Formats: sequence, C-alpha cells, structure tokens
Amino acid sequence: MRYMTAETAEAASTALAAEPGLARVLAGGTDLLVQLKAGMIQPDLVVDIKKIPGIREITPEAGGWRIGAAVANAELKEHAQVKADWPGVVEGANLIGSTQVQGRCTMAGNLCNGSPAADAVPGLVAADASVTIVGPSGTRVAKVADIPAGPGRTTLAKGEIVTAIHLPARAPRSADAYLRFIPRTEMDIAVASAAVSLTLSEDGTVTHARVALGAVAPKVVLADASTIIGTKLDDAALAALAKAAESVCNPIDDKRGTIEFRTSTAGVLARRAALIAYNRAKGVK
Amino acid sequence: MALDDKKSRFKYVGTTPNRPDGVDKVTGKAQYGADITAPGMLTGAILRSPHPHARIVSIDTSAAEAIPGVRAVVTGKDFAPVEDQGFADIGETCMARDKVLYDGHPVAAVAATTPAIAKAAIRAIKVEYAPLPHVTDVDEAMRPDAPVVLEGRALEHVPAGMSQNVTNTCEFGHGDVEAGFAKADLVLERSFKVAAAHQGYIEPHACMASVTSDGRADLYCCTQGHFFVRAVCSALMGMEASQLRVTASEIGGGFGGKTTVFIEPVALMLSKKSGRPVKLVMTRDEVFKASGPTVHASIDCKIGMTKDGRITAGDMTLRYSGGAWPSGTIEMGAQAGFAAYDMPAVRTIGWTALTNRPKEISYRAPGAPQAVYAVEAVIDEMCQQLGLDPLKTRLKNAAAKGTLSSYGVTFDEIGMVATLEAAQAHPHWSAPLGPNQGRGVAAGFWFNFGGNTCVTLNINTDGTASVTEGNPDIGGSRASISLMAAEELGIRYENVRTIVADTASLGYNDNTDGSRVTFAVGLATIKAARAAIKVMCERAAALWGIDAEAVDWIDGAAHPSGPNAGKFPPMTLAEIAAQSFQTGGPIAGHHEVNVDGAGVSFGVHICDVEVDPETGHTLVKRYTVVQDAGKAVHPTYVEGQMQGGAVQGIGWALNEEYIYGKDGRLQNAGFLDYRIPVASDLPKIDTVILEIPNPGHPYGVRGVGETPIVPPLAAVTNAVSRTIGKRMYQVPMSPPRILSAIKGA
Repeated sequence: MRYMTAETAEAASTALAAEPGLARVLAGGTDLLVQLKAGMIQPDLVVDIKKIPGIREITPEAGGWRIGAAVANAELKEHAQVKADWPGVVEGANLIGSTQVQGRCTMAGNLCNGSPAADAVPGLVAADASVTIVGPSGTRVAKVADIPAGPGRTTLAKGEIVTAIHLPARAPRSADAYLRFIPRTEMDIAVASAAVSLTLSEDGTVTHARVALGAVAPKVVLADASTIIGTKLDDAALAALAKAAESVCNPIDDKRGTIEFRTSTAGVLARRAALIAYNRAKGVK
Repeated sequence: MALDDKKSRFKYVGTTPNRPDGVDKVTGKAQYGADITAPGMLTGAILRSPHPHARIVSIDTSAAEAIPGVRAVVTGKDFAPVEDQGFADIGETCMARDKVLYDGHPVAAVAATTPAIAKAAIRAIKVEYAPLPHVTDVDEAMRPDAPVVLEGRALEHVPAGMSQNVTNTCEFGHGDVEAGFAKADLVLERSFKVAAAHQGYIEPHACMASVTSDGRADLYCCTQGHFFVRAVCSALMGMEASQLRVTASEIGGGFGGKTTVFIEPVALMLSKKSGRPVKLVMTRDEVFKASGPTVHASIDCKIGMTKDGRITAGDMTLRYSGGAWPSGTIEMGAQAGFAAYDMPAVRTIGWTALTNRPKEISYRAPGAPQAVYAVEAVIDEMCQQLGLDPLKTRLKNAAAKGTLSSYGVTFDEIGMVATLEAAQAHPHWSAPLGPNQGRGVAAGFWFNFGGNTCVTLNINTDGTASVTEGNPDIGGSRASISLMAAEELGIRYENVRTIVADTASLGYNDNTDGSRVTFAVGLATIKAARAAIKVMCERAAALWGIDAEAVDWIDGAAHPSGPNAGKFPPMTLAEIAAQSFQTGGPIAGHHEVNVDGAGVSFGVHICDVEVDPETGHTLVKRYTVVQDAGKAVHPTYVEGQMQGGAVQGIGWALNEEYIYGKDGRLQNAGFLDYRIPVASDLPKIDTVILEIPNPGHPYGVRGVGETPIVPPLAAVTNAVSRTIGKRMYQVPMSPPRILSAIKGA
C-alpha cells in the first residue's frame, strides 16, 4: 500500500485516477482505518487530502457556508454561526462515534462512505446542500442527495473527490433538526433517522420544508413535506407527516431492526424532528 | 497458643485500601497478555472457517509455506489424539480436525516474522470444504431430523430416539409436583427464550509461547487459571506438566470466559515447529466468533400458587445449547432455577443439545441467569394476576436455614430473607414513578465454589510478609488476600504483598471462577498465616525459654499466655523476623486444601425503567442491588462486583445477543452490533451489602462475584412488562421486540 499526501485537489484526483488498483481517500480516516484494520479492504493507494489548502476551513459564502471536506465534525460543533444557521446538520454530524472520533471524522467522509445510516447525510439532504467535486475532467457541483448510490456506493467517478460542502443561505424563521434511533444512548449506528428543515411565515405557518430519512432505504430518501406546508404543525399535520415518512421507507430486515420497526420509527422521528425544528424556527428554546 | 477459628471483629478486613495493581494499571505499566515479548519472537495468525458446518476435504498450505518469513504452519494433523474427552474437545475448538463445526472454527495457523507476512500466509492457504446442513437453534437441534453436529456423544441415560445432538439430560427436585399444582389457585405456564451472551471482556485472548528444542516450554497468557491451562496444553502437546511452565499475565476481564484455552495450544505448536517464541493475539472479531459465549436457552416454566401467594409447586424444563460440543452447564441451571424458594414440590428437567456455534464457556454464574429469569418472571406475572406484592410474596416463600433446596441440599445459615427485607426497607422500593416508567424486582442465587487451593506465606526479615498464591486477580483479590493476611498476622496492609505465582511455584490451584478466590484463597491464606504464626510463637518461646504452647499471638506480637508462662514483654513479628536466622532460619506458612463450605449467596434487585411507547427504547432509570456477602473483606470491590454483575445482566436483558443468519454465520461479531451498555446508558447502580456470615469460612466470607448477574434478566423484564402492560418472554428485549409487544403483534 502506498500513502500519498496531496498538495492540491487536482493532484489528489490525478493520483486516484491513475491508480490501476484500489485507491482510497483519507480525510478523517474514521471509516477507512476501521476497514483497513478489519481486513475488509486492501487498498494499493491511500491519498491524504488534509493538506490541500482551504480544505479544513469553514468560510461564509453567498449568505451560506462552505465547509471544507476535511473539517472535523467537532470543529463544526464549535462554530457558533454554522450551528445557529444549521443546528440539525451540526447535531447529526456530531452523533457519529465518540468524542475522539468526532475530532477526526468529517461530513464529506460520512457522505462518501455511502452508508445508508450515515448520520451527517439526512441533515445535508434536508438542507438541500451541494458539494464541489474535483475530478479528472474538471470541477463540478452536485446536490448532496445525488451522491449516494446505495450501500457503500456513490455516484462519484474514478478520480473524483469531494472538496467542499455548501450549505445555502437561511431565510428568516428557518431551522432544522435531526433525530436518530439507536438502541443505546451513544456510540451506535442509526436504525432509522430523520432530518427536517423548515421555514415559517411570521404567523408560524410552515412555508417551506424538506424531510429526509436515513437508514430506511438504500440511500437517504425524501418524504413528502407538503403534508406540513401551510400548517402550524397541528396533530393532523404531524400524523400526515409520519404517514408520509412511513410510505417512502424501503428498509431491510437485519440485526439492527425489522422492516416494520424501522418504518414505524422513521415516522415517529420525522414527527418529533419536525416539532423540534418548528420550535427552533419560532425561537422557542 | 490460642487461635480462635472464627473471627468477627476486624482491624483491616472491611477497610478499603487502594489495590496493589492499581498504579500499574492506570499508568499503562501493567503487562497484559499481548504485552509479553521475547527475542526472536514470531507473530501467529489463524485461518478460520467461513462455514458453520462443513467437512474439510483438503488443506493446501504449500503456497503459505513458500512465502519468505513464514516459519511454521500448523493444522489439526499436527496434534496427536488425546484420550481425555474433555481435553480432546478443547483441542478441537482450538484447531479443527475433520469437520468445521462453527463459523470461525480454526482450520490452520501460521507463524511469521511480521504480522503482514502472517496475514498474507493465512490468505495463501487453500482449504476445500464440503458444506453440510447446519443448525444454530437449540429447539431446532433437538428435532429428530436436525442436522447432526457430532455423532455418538449422547450420555447413556439420554433416551433413545432423540436427535444425536441431545447429549445430556438431568432432573432435580422433590415432592409431588402434580399434587402441588392441584392445591394451587393459579397455575401459570410460560415459555421463554434467552439468547447467548458473550462475556465481553475488554482484553482479547493473547499469549506468547516459547518451546525449546529439548522439549521444555514457557507459556504466558491472559487466563483465569494457568494451572488448568497447563493441564490442557501439556496433554494436547504430549508434554509432562513439569516441563511446561505457565505464567498468567494481568487480565483485562474474564467473567468466566478465560477459564479454558482457545489459542494457547496453537501458539505452543507453532513455537515447537518454528523453534522460535510465538505470540498469538485474537482480534475482537475472533473473540466474538470463536471464544465461548454462554449457552442459549429455551425454557418452559410452570408454577402453582395459592391466592395468598404461597407457591405449591414448580415444574420447569430447560433446553440449553453450549455450541458444538457437549456442555455441563445445564446441570447448574437446573439446580439453580428454584433455589431461592422453600417449595413443597419442585421438579426441574434439563436437556442439552449441540448446535453449530462456538464452544460455550462459563459466564458469571453459568446457567443460572437463564433458569432464574424464567422462575422470577412467572412469579411476577402471577403476582400481577393475583394482585400480590412481589416482595411480600417472595418473602412468604423464601428459603431459609433448614430449607430442603430445589437441588437436594439442606441450607445452613443463608441470607435470602434478610435480603428481601432489606430490599423492602430500601427507599427505592417505595419511591414514586414517572410517566412511562415501571418497577421490577427479582431475586437470584448462586452456589459459590471452593476447590483446590495452595498458598505460601513468607515472613520477610524486615517484618513484612509476602503471599504467594496461584489465582489470577480479576476483581481485586490481591488486595483482599493481603487484607486477610494483614488481619491474621497483625501487621499493616501496606506491609503485605500478594503475588500470583506461575505453575512451577505452587501446587495446583483451581481456576479463578465460581466466586471462589476471596473465599478459598482467603481461607488458605488465613491458614498459611496461622501456620507462620505457629512458627513465630515457637521462635519466641525458644528465645524466652518457655513452652511454645504458652505463647499467644495478639495484634502482631507474641505474648506469654499468662502470668504462669513467664513475664516477658511482647515480641513483635518484626523482632521475631529479624532474629529468624539465629532461631532456626526463614519463617513461612503454607496451606494446601480442597476447600469445602462455600456459602451460597442470594441477591435481590430492584429496577426502574422508562419505555418510549412509540419506539420501545428503554432506559434503566434507577437500579438497586441488595446482596449477602457473608463478610465484605474489601467493601469497595464487593460493591464493584455487585454493580458489574448488574450491568452485565442489564446489557443482556436489553440488547446483548448472538445473532446468527440463515447461513449459520454470526451477524454481529463486534461491539457495534453486540451492544454492551455504555456508561451513558446506566444510572448509578446503588448497592446494599448484607453480612450474614458463612459458617464455612473463618471470617464468614461468601463469594460475591456471580450472584449479581442472576437477577437482572428478570428484574428488567418485570419492570418493562409492568411499564408497557404486556408481558415479555424473550431476552434480550431489544426495541423492535418491545415495540412489537406494545403494538400487540
């Protein structure tokens, strides 16, 4: 196995594209190192992207935020303004692993690992976030929602790396929230999860909403948010949202949960996350 | 000299000094199994079967042997057959012979100059398998048409016509069960399932073996019993016990799981073939797949009760499987199930069957948590149906001195009633509950062991003492043993150092298991100290020119026993020790014994849970352990045992389980999906230590380590069942199972 530290995104991309064997990107390494240690993969090339200028920075951008691909989730948590704009994205990112893991792991890595249960991804999809991708044929921008292709797979072409995540500007009275179900209280992987991002009118009516569900399908899925748009999240709206969430679930039966359990829990979490986001948007602590 | 056999007032015993191994452990200096190295050492690695059940057609190791740096390759053929069936079975778990019997069963091993070469060599070994049908569930394994795991292993008394997987049956009890049920106002029969749980110790199995060309060997390993390791390994290697010295490293948890060997014979064989020291360390994945979890169980339990809560009869059938080899754990489960109660009629029938799973090994009170869970859950459901208080009902039926137990022993002084009364009096029992919360209670029992024990106590010339014992310290036993030696000798705890010696230094010591060490090694230490005191009294008597019989040992000094004995100032241990070279040489005490009289121990646990009615997520909100310790030698470590056992039981009750796929492979061989509780999952575990002296120990000590894992399965089950208003009959109660019960599916 060869190890390479890339000085530029282009150099990283070139090396990854040129590698005839198995190549992997190293950012925080919290998935890669575990896979190496467990003998799940034996890459021929590992490219460390942490030295690429700007890749560990959080910068304001068009009213929103540009999060470098190698920004550790713990750094995100300590960024008061990002947290104020996107509390749900930040809390999802910081449910991954332990405190030690959070000091290393990144949202981009979580996205590119391709796990349907990734805790950082539903929040980014609900936020309608984008990514910048550098590849052999240049730089392109894509929606986060379009990156996962299924368990362990992404739509990234050989040699393509994500260099930044873009969180859009926030309208007034907007907020988000993320909830996941785990059997324990921490150090676990989502059995089902839900992220809700919404914007309210001055009278507290939901004018815009996106609801993304994790661990209930091969990749993050959106639930029909029109169930709560135009409402003030009354019981009927919440029940309709839960039903809408359940209806898009396509989970597997496995050691972590049954189809029935995951479906029902996704509905519960969507409803609860919507309420948290709603209260945040109204400024209720 | 006058020495009271029994002691009830203590100077050091009952205090809580720091453990002697503490500083090394918190500063990283302690040497665990994987820390032992030797010059020229090779790294070992093991190739494991991906099949749950298959015939080995061929193993081609030539490509592996050709890799530069590979120094030895071992397969089952390298081990000669041994006569002792128990040792043969253990040998076969370490290396398969003709068939692989579980996912993870070793088929070959290598030793190489680097870990990377060892891994590459493992991948280069070609094994051809002929897969066979498999069975991983005990109920399925007992069906006459089930795939047969091993042929010809049923004991003679197993009835004909059953599956060959059924290897043993047993029955315990007394009285007329049917007549008892006829007297009952309510007879309730329920069926239960308990998943296999792993001991979950933090330190994976690790060892380092070095065999010389003239046939001697040294083995270092993390184990709960290096004398047993020597017995097994010398038999499998065809060595004399005297030529194999085994040294126990510090141990990062065992809980029964390190009372056998999984890798040590392989390391020895690799070392023998390579002529170099070989280190072998399991990965966590290997620990889960191929070191013993406990049995899994299927249980039918029937109890009769009068309207006022008197149990009239109990009848239980237990079906345990300890994996691919015969297991004796069923006998302990069948004896323990009803042991907490005074019953006019009781019968427990046990069955054990083979399945394509790794060979079970002891886990903290092996066999008891499963059986007691069923009994305590049925009693709780009956209390609900009859509108009875669960603690009062248990008190009404509690075993006491003179009770003929469910397993045939008549109890001496025991603490069941006192334990229930203490639980009743605890503020937890009457504390208010919040919404979606419920409270469960359950009792538990464990026999406790004594066993073979050999201790040497040396008096040093500076007035200190060294205790040499042979049981690896897994729960602070070096501190407890030092306390007992200090108490007996009358010197300070800090002046005693207890070490765990290798197999060449002492006679045979049974494993650190059965909650036996503080009791049995403590007893032998007290007796060894008394032997040394006898010598010191003789030395003082000689110096004084009086009869040795006329010398008493009081508070660390020899005293003339009365005015007639002569008027001499007391002579301290330090003074006697300093003159020992002039009075006859070094002073030591020694004691070897097969200890009997381990007092049984009872515990009662109170558990509050909160259940999320929409997801089944369950949090333990409050938990109290009440237990009889006989005499708490080091109360902090007794408390630690009570808390640790409760936590392991809580984990098993809620999430821990071995999950096998339809393909017979283990689905969750790691701590991510084998969910032991993390700190944030738990409240502080409150403890109440009772001290009802064990008549079988000079200080009244009872073992305390195992009883606390017995009640939690039922305590948590009863709490969850009362919270959700539906009874739960399966452990673990993972959220999908609880939600399914809530929804009435």
